Amino acid sequence: MSRAIATVHVGDTLPPVDKSPITTMQLVQYAGASGDFNRIHYDEPFAREGGFPSVIAHGMLSMGFFGQLVADWAGGPQHVARLAARFKAVTFPGDRVTVGGEVVARDEAAGTVELKLFARKQDGTVTLEGSATVRL
Amino acid sequence: MSNAAESRFAPYVGRESAPLVVDVERGHIRRFAEAVGDTNPIYVDEAAARAAGHPRIPAPPTFAIALRANDPRGGIDLDWRKLLHGEQELVFARPLYAGDRLTIVGRIAGAAVKETKSGIMDVMVLETVATDGDGARVFTARSTVLVRR
Repeated sequence: MSRAIATVHVGDTLPPVDKSPITTMQLVQYAGASGDFNRIHYDEPFAREGGFPSVIAHGMLSMGFFGQLVADWAGGPQHVARLAARFKAVTFPGDRVTVGGEVVARDEAAGTVELKLFARKQDGTVTLEGSATVRL
Repeated sequence: MSNAAESRFAPYVGRESAPLVVDVERGHIRRFAEAVGDTNPIYVDEAAARAAGHPRIPAPPTFAIALRANDPRGGIDLDWRKLLHGEQELVFARPLYAGDRLTIVGRIAGAAVKETKSGIMDVMVLETVATDGDGARVFTARSTVLVRR
């Protein structure tokens, strides 16, 4: 069901989504599905040469979690007019990521809502900051 | 950010890739949704998609980046171990649907130098634009990548 803009208010929070722990297999799946074959996401020695303790997750995988959060909240991907993210910290296999957000602006005449988004992992580290424009 | 002229990517700004025609395939959408762990049935089940008002199976928003343009960075020396994805923006005119045929062009849209706490970075902005058969823009993807010196 699409969300009605009349029911949306500045300060409303989006119910956070707790994602399953990131797995190396998921990174391989994501590499294949997204076409991002940078070896830093699945080749352990290569990632270590880059100065990381292990392979790192694609930042875009966590942005995919934003996509899930916002599309489900709004009532489908057809409501997502814009989605943006800044990548603040890396995510490793085993990390549990939670995404959430809140309504920061609302324009009933234009039928749009602005959201502020975050992704953070189990230790509280913010991994992504984001924003979205939703058409309702 | 400092003057773009100092960036080692500055000479490449404006470079565009040859247009690529891509088909949005439902199996690709399903594999993408599975990788993200997005369990919304509209991305895998045609009946669920129709029940939600979609003409065909839609793609999750960030599926757009899985439609890769020909790389406009050909010939540029890039060390992938030193490359970081800094920012990403996606702007949609409409959702993507299985069965769409789109033309994708990649472009080096900007270059800069940024001083960060982990040192000096060369910044490149990559823009990907997808248009449909009528020439209407479907999405724009803007990606900011940073390369440690």
